[in-house]
Amino acid sequence: MRPQRARFLALGTAAILAAGLAAGCSSSSNSSGGSKSPIVIGASLSLTGDFSTDGQAFQKGYNLWVSEVNRHGGILGRQVKLDVLNDNSSPTQVVTNYQKLITVNHVDLTFGPFSTLLTAPASATAHRYGYAFVEGAGGGGLVFAQKLNNVFDVSLPVANELDPFTAWIKSLPASQRPTTAAYPAADDPFASPQVQLTQSNMQAMGIKTAYSKIFPEEESAYKAPADDVAATGAQMVVLGSADVPTVSAFMSAFEQQHYNPKIFIAAAGPDQGASFTSAVGTANAAGMLVPDAWYGGSPNPLSQTMVKAYVAKYGGTASGINADVAEAYSVGEVVDQAVTHNKSLSNSALISYLHSGVTLQSVQGPVRFNALGENLVATAFIFQWQNAKFVQVLPVGATGSVKIIYPKPNWAG
Amino acid sequence: MTRQVYQAVVDGILGGAVYALMAVGLTLIFGVLDIINIAQGILVVVGAYLSYALSVHLHVDLFLGLLVTVPAMFVIGVAIYWAFIRPLRGRERTSMSLLACYAVAIIAEGVLYRVFGPSYVSLQASYITASVRVFGFYLPYIYLYGFVLAVALVALLYALLYRTKFGRSIRATMQNETAARLIGINVNRVAALTFGIGVAVTAAGGMVYGATSGGFNPNSGYDLISRLLAIIILGGLGSIGGALAAGVLMITLESVVDIWSPNWAILVFYAVLVLVLTVRPAGLFGRQAARAQ
Repeated sequence: MRPQRARFLALGTAAILAAGLAAGCSSSSNSSGGSKSPIVIGASLSLTGDFSTDGQAFQKGYNLWVSEVNRHGGILGRQVKLDVLNDNSSPTQVVTNYQKLITVNHVDLTFGPFSTLLTAPASATAHRYGYAFVEGAGGGGLVFAQKLNNVFDVSLPVANELDPFTAWIKSLPASQRPTTAAYPAADDPFASPQVQLTQSNMQAMGIKTAYSKIFPEEESAYKAPADDVAATGAQMVVLGSADVPTVSAFMSAFEQQHYNPKIFIAAAGPDQGASFTSAVGTANAAGMLVPDAWYGGSPNPLSQTMVKAYVAKYGGTASGINADVAEAYSVGEVVDQAVTHNKSLSNSALISYLHSGVTLQSVQGPVRFNALGENLVATAFIFQWQNAKFVQVLPVGATGSVKIIYPKPNWAG
Repeated sequence: MTRQVYQAVVDGILGGAVYALMAVGLTLIFGVLDIINIAQGILVVVGAYLSYALSVHLHVDLFLGLLVTVPAMFVIGVAIYWAFIRPLRGRERTSMSLLACYAVAIIAEGVLYRVFGPSYVSLQASYITASVRVFGFYLPYIYLYGFVLAVALVALLYALLYRTKFGRSIRATMQNETAARLIGINVNRVAALTFGIGVAVTAAGGMVYGATSGGFNPNSGYDLISRLLAIIILGGLGSIGGALAAGVLMITLESVVDIWSPNWAILVFYAVLVLVLTVRPAGLFGRQAARAQ
C-alpha cells in the first residue's frame, strides 16, 4: 500500500512540476517571443496610501500614453500592454512588486513608480535583474546617490527646481526684495533638500531666516509649525511640501492667523491641478507659486497633443491636469523612442542607448541623460495660480511666461 | 517665546477636543464590546465625506448637516455590527474582531475611492478660516465650535450612560455580560445600538476633522488610527471623559514641544503614553474606575 501511495505522490509531483514548467515557458514566450503578442510593461504605482493622488494621476498618464501609442500602431508593430501593481505607497511593497513583475510576470520593460522615496529601492531591484528603469518622479538626490546605471529620470532634477525662483528674487531691486523668510519643510527626500538649498542661497543675498525647521510628514503635525511660521511674520515662505494636504494646512492656518506672506512658494502641491484647488478653494489659490517643468498651457506641441487627448479621455481643463500625468507620459515617450531606435526590447541595449548622450523629446521638453540618469536639459519653471488658471511666470521673459503677481493677493476668505 | 507657548497651549486645548471627538466613539465601543475598532480612522473619513457631500451637492451647513450625518452613521454602525461583529463567537472574538474591523476599513476605503476618487477634498465654510482675537491670540472659529461640540457630546453621552435605562443596560453589559444576560438585558441589542452610537458620534468628529485638516482622501484614515488608539489608552479604555482629557493633554504637549522641535513633538506624544501607563497601567481614567462611576 505504502509504495503505491509514494508512487502516486511522486507522479503527482512530477505532473505538477511539468505543468508549472510548461506554464512558465508559455508565459515567457507570450510576453517576449511572438511578434504579434503585446509588449508588456510593468509598473508599481501608489494607487492607495499616502501617495494615492499622485499614484492615480501617474496611472492616468501611463494609460493615456498606452492608448495613444496603440492608436498609432504600437511599438515595433506590437501593441503595448501595462501590468500595474499597487504598492500602497510602501517602499517595501514596491520592491516586492518589481520582483514579481520581473521574475513572475516576465514583463518586457519596467516603468518607475511615484516619488523619490519609492523609486530609490525600486530602481535597485530593477538593476539587480538588468532592467532599464525609466521613471518620471524620482528626481531626488536619494535616487542618484545610488549611482545605478539603469536609472533614467525624464523629469527635472529636484535639486534645481527652485533655481528660477532664486534668480528672480536676486533680480529684484533691494527695496522690493523680502527681508525675512521662513523655511518649514516636511521630512521628505524630495521636499527638504531643495528648501535647504534655497535657504542658503537666500541667506547669501542677505535675506534673514525667521524660521527653519523640518517637521514630520504627518497630517497632524502641520498646524503647529504653520502657526509658528505665522508668528514670525516672515515676508516670504518657502514650504518644503510633498503633497496637497501639507500646503492646504499651512494656507488654512495662515489665514486663521491673519498672516499673508508677500511670497508663498511650495515645493509641491499647487502643481496638482484640480486636486489642489478642490482642497484650498480656487480663490485662495491666487498667487501661490510652485516649481515644475510642465503645465497644461505649455506651448510644446507634444504637450498640446497630450492635453487634447487627456481632456478627450478624462474630461476637465488644461489647468486641472495634474503635472504627474505629464511626468508619467514622458516616461512612455522616452522608452518608445529608444526602443524604436534600437528595434529591440533588450534592456541592456536600452540602457546603452539612453546613456549615449542622445536627446529625446517629451511633453515636458527635451531629455538627455548624464551618467547618473539625471535629465541634463530639463528646464525649470515657476508656476503661479492667477484668476483660477495655472500659468508659467518664471523665468521672466521665457517663452510662455506671463507677469508674476507680486506681492501675493490676500486670502479670499 | 512666552507668547508662542501660550499660543501652543490654546492650540493644544482646541485641537485636543477635535481628537476627542474622533476618539470618543472608539472608547465607547471598546468599553461595551471589548472590541478595538481599528476601522475608526476610516469611519472618521466616512463622516467627513458625508458632510462634504451634503455641503457641496445640497449646500447644507456643516453643523446643520450633522442632523443627517449622525443618524446615517448610526445606521452604518449598526449594519457593520450585524454583518461583521455579531457573527464572531468564542474566546477568539476580540482578536478576530481586529481582522473584521480591518476588513471594514478596507471595504470602506475601496467604496470611498470608487465614489469620490483619490483627489484630496476639504470642507469649506466661512467659519473654517475665520478667527476671533482674544487677548491678542487668533482663535479659529472652527476649533472653538469643535471644542463646544466635543464637550456637548461628551456630556450627552454621560447623560445617556448615567441617566437613562438604556445607559444602565450598557453599563451592566460593560461590567459583566453574563450577569447582564441573566437579569434579562438583550445584550445583542445593547451591543448593536452601542456600536451604532459609537459610529454615530464619529460623524461629528469626521466633520470637524474634515474642516480642520489640510484636505482628506479615502486613505487619510490610516494616519489617524494610531493617535486615536493612543488617546483612548491614555484616557483609560472605555472612559469617555478620559478620551477628552487625554486628547487635550497629548495635543497640548505636542504643540508646546513643537515650538522647539517638530520632530520631537510626535515622539513626546507617544512617550507620554508610555510614561503614564508605567505609573497608571489602566490609563488616566482606567477601565475599572470608569465602570464604577
